[in-house]
Amino acid sequence: MSTQSSIIYMANQIARNLAVNGDDAAVEAMIAHIRAFWDPRMRSLIITSPADGLDPIAARAVDALRLASV
Amino acid sequence: MTFVSQADFGTPAIKDGAPVTLTIDGRNVTVPAGTSIMRAAAEQGTDIPKLCATDSVKSFGSCRLCLIEIEGRKGTPASCTTPVEPGMIVRTQTPHLAKLRKGVMELYISDHPLDCLTCAANGDCELQDQAGAVGLRDVRYDAAETHLGQTKDHSNPYFDFDPSKCIVCSRCVRACDEVQGTLALTVQGRGFDSKISAGLLSDNFLGSECVSCGACVAACPTATLIEKKVVEIGTPERSIVTTCAYCGVGCTFRAEVRGEQVVRMVPEKNGKANRGHSCVKGRFAWGYAQHQERILKPMIRASIEQPWREVEWDEAFAYAASELNRISAKYGKYALGGITSSRCTNEETFLVQKLIRAGFGNNNVDTCARVCHSPTGYGLKTTFGTSAGTQDFDSVEHSDVMLVIGANPTDGHPVFASRMKKGLRQGAKLIVIDPRRIDLVHTPHIEADYHLPLRPGTNVAVLTAMAHVIVTEGLADEAFIRERCDWDEYQHWAEFVSDKRNAPETLEPVTMVPAADLRAAARLYATGGNGAIYYGLGVTEHSQGSSTVMAIANLAMATGNIGRRGVGVNPLRGQNNVQGACDMGSFPHELSGYRHISDGATRRLFEADWGVSLDPEPGLRIPNMLDAAVDGVFKALYVQGEDILQSDPNTKHVSAGLAAMECVIVHDLFLNETANYAHIFLPGSTFLEKNGTFTNAERRIQPVRKVMTPMQGLEDWEVTQRLAQAMGLDWHYTHPSEIMDEIARLTPSFAGVNFARLDQEGSLQWPVNEAAPDGSPIMHVDRFSNGKGKFVVTDYVPTDEKTGPRFPLLLTTGRILSHYNVGAQTRRTENVAWHPEDLLEIHPVDAEDRGVKTGDWVKLQSRAGETTLRATVTDRVAPGVVYTTFHHPSTQANVVTTEYSDWATNCPEYKVTAVQISPSNGPTDWQEGYEALSERARRIAVVEPAE
Repeated sequence: MSTQSSIIYMANQIARNLAVNGDDAAVEAMIAHIRAFWDPRMRSLIITSPADGLDPIAARAVDALRLASV
Repeated sequence: MTFVSQADFGTPAIKDGAPVTLTIDGRNVTVPAGTSIMRAAAEQGTDIPKLCATDSVKSFGSCRLCLIEIEGRKGTPASCTTPVEPGMIVRTQTPHLAKLRKGVMELYISDHPLDCLTCAANGDCELQDQAGAVGLRDVRYDAAETHLGQTKDHSNPYFDFDPSKCIVCSRCVRACDEVQGTLALTVQGRGFDSKISAGLLSDNFLGSECVSCGACVAACPTATLIEKKVVEIGTPERSIVTTCAYCGVGCTFRAEVRGEQVVRMVPEKNGKANRGHSCVKGRFAWGYAQHQERILKPMIRASIEQPWREVEWDEAFAYAASELNRISAKYGKYALGGITSSRCTNEETFLVQKLIRAGFGNNNVDTCARVCHSPTGYGLKTTFGTSAGTQDFDSVEHSDVMLVIGANPTDGHPVFASRMKKGLRQGAKLIVIDPRRIDLVHTPHIEADYHLPLRPGTNVAVLTAMAHVIVTEGLADEAFIRERCDWDEYQHWAEFVSDKRNAPETLEPVTMVPAADLRAAARLYATGGNGAIYYGLGVTEHSQGSSTVMAIANLAMATGNIGRRGVGVNPLRGQNNVQGACDMGSFPHELSGYRHISDGATRRLFEADWGVSLDPEPGLRIPNMLDAAVDGVFKALYVQGEDILQSDPNTKHVSAGLAAMECVIVHDLFLNETANYAHIFLPGSTFLEKNGTFTNAERRIQPVRKVMTPMQGLEDWEVTQRLAQAMGLDWHYTHPSEIMDEIARLTPSFAGVNFARLDQEGSLQWPVNEAAPDGSPIMHVDRFSNGKGKFVVTDYVPTDEKTGPRFPLLLTTGRILSHYNVGAQTRRTENVAWHPEDLLEIHPVDAEDRGVKTGDWVKLQSRAGETTLRATVTDRVAPGVVYTTFHHPSTQANVVTTEYSDWATNCPEYKVTAVQISPSNGPTDWQEGYEALSERARRIAVVEPAE
């Protein structure tokens, strides 16, 4: 698995585990999680990843991270 | 200090009891009711002669040497079995008693070899001492029949058994029963025929159920059971109290030495973690420290294709610094990182993370907890507010129900397991949640009330189903929850777990746990009194490791099992200093004391102290470092005391990552597997060769004391300091105590810790600060660290590692009693006598289907890779599940484990790998290729001496 594939997999995995809290809460929790635990390169890789590989919750979180980074 | 045997009070201390005052030999003494007269006398300083009594086991009253006289009573009762009474007047020395004792001793000696001068225990023998104490000068009996001249049992690699010297006091049998709880020994026969037996037809120690904990050897009052090292070297001349470097129990030992040579390691009776007990590893398996394969000279090489070249320390540090500086200049500072060791001291670990943050200029530091207990840190911090277990080990004595999930204490944490077994023998209930029938499920005098043999990967489902039972059956402790936890969060969680989809019956097809058993276990945990949860890597090493830890915390909060003795959530830490390594800021996102690197106030504290600016962004975790290396952006790694190539998942990916780096610095005792890819090798020192502290699973900070001079010249903290100095850092520590002072000044939970206090008090359990000046044996007593306990909804999300037609079995991995972690230490000891190779456990049905018999070579194949090893057919594992250990590099069990990991922490999912088993003829191509690579990578250039 390439690093980018691995990062996308990780993002989707986080989303699946947080989904039980409801979409909005899951998105917020996912953003906080990635900011707290992912290094800048990983964050940069996820926000440049194609959105079609991302789970809807992950995609929303990544969108928010992307917006915050510009 | 000069060698002094540990005081023996004859019978165990009584903890609770009204004070009783009596008179012994004219002096008053006050002791708790229930104390024996023998112990009361010993506490007063009067040693009553004894042979069958020792304070590690209950009194027995068989030797008749400890007789006394009590005013107003007839006869001469045994002082070991007679409890004190108020006003009692006792005499321990009278002419009548002296005559009786001399007569008893004369009988003992009439059947004992008179070889004191050449006996290995000469000078350290209670029989010899007592013969002197009772004034025995000659033996009148010429016994026609004796027990002399019997065959010795040398089978155990660490101790000998000489039945000719045995007085059948049964101290060894009772120590095995009461202290260790294995019940491997017995007194066979009656009267004159009585003899100690290891209980099998083979009747030797190695072939028996004896687990070589050493309790029998410590209890033996003669040279009958004696360490081979004492026979070989002689009796010790001094002792140093230190802390074991194996598992997270953190046993206190007396290193007994002659000169700088360790004669034996003896468990310290006052050790607060081990209470005088030990296991085969700590007690005996320390020979690796002097193993011939230890590397004692620094070595460097430009490429891993070259042989190693031995150099002096200065050249090694200069080369390492130049390489690190070169790579930083060429690729940027984020191309560097490091890994701290859970086997090293707190002080050493703190220095490594400081070197990364202050020297390398980034937060690319991680630790081996990444692959074991990182979910514990995440899960317990989220729910309770503190990344640590809640109890001390003594707490288990107050537990009514023990719930053991994903842990195998008798193998992984044997000394604590003995304490658990003691409580279980005394009536505590036991719930085991584990795919395997671990030894604790069915062991002498212990039968688990419930064993829930769940399908690997379904921990969260099982725990949520238990929560369902507790909530829907009204068993939750609402008063506790309202007072101590966030009520709204609880209600949200309760609503979730109450949903029918989380009912045991609904989840049974997923978990494979019978719903009725699960319901009964949940009821027992919730209503059985003090309920304590103990867990291990079978919880954390899953794709839902962090969720499982939080699910455990939820259960404890829901039932009010937090904040007092006998309850709690207790991670059984794998390595000796996993807790400490995590405490010391080894994770890439936080500084010591679990404070996030993004917190400006905390960062400024460190910046002011260290005189540098710190990067506010989290760094790379170990798997991310390896990914980045494969991508060509991570180029240099300093690894202290960790063998990532053998211990981390997907070996091929780890080796690809290491091979892609330009500078790998391995700082270790041996040329481990990771060193195959290293360019610089910095030889490390063992725990016997350094000062510092370890922190065990109960947050107990304990001293590690130098017993001998480091064989390679430097303690590990000195190695890191010299490397830092070579990189231009202005470090000038002269002793680890100064590093601890720095830790204390920068870490609130360690504020009250210093070496002087540790010397005085033996150990301290963090937090130690203004709020808890004497430390904190039990956490969250009145409130949680984060104020209110937080219930977290933990939805069961199945792992993506699926079984199917190609890989129909689930592999789970674990450890065995005689080995530790990747086996780098224990494989270099006589412990290989018990476990010379990793074996694959397979159920008889699965074995039959594949034509596999015990002892056969089998191929173990997963989507990640394949390896071969020998099979052992056993119903200890359920059908569909196979199991192996990862102690031997030749097996390379991690070749088959996958890259799946915990969603929150990236802790690898070692415990669930879909595999297929098939008969095999021998090693795979990978194993053979790796063997050749290892041989090539470990070459050391021979330097011709100068003319």
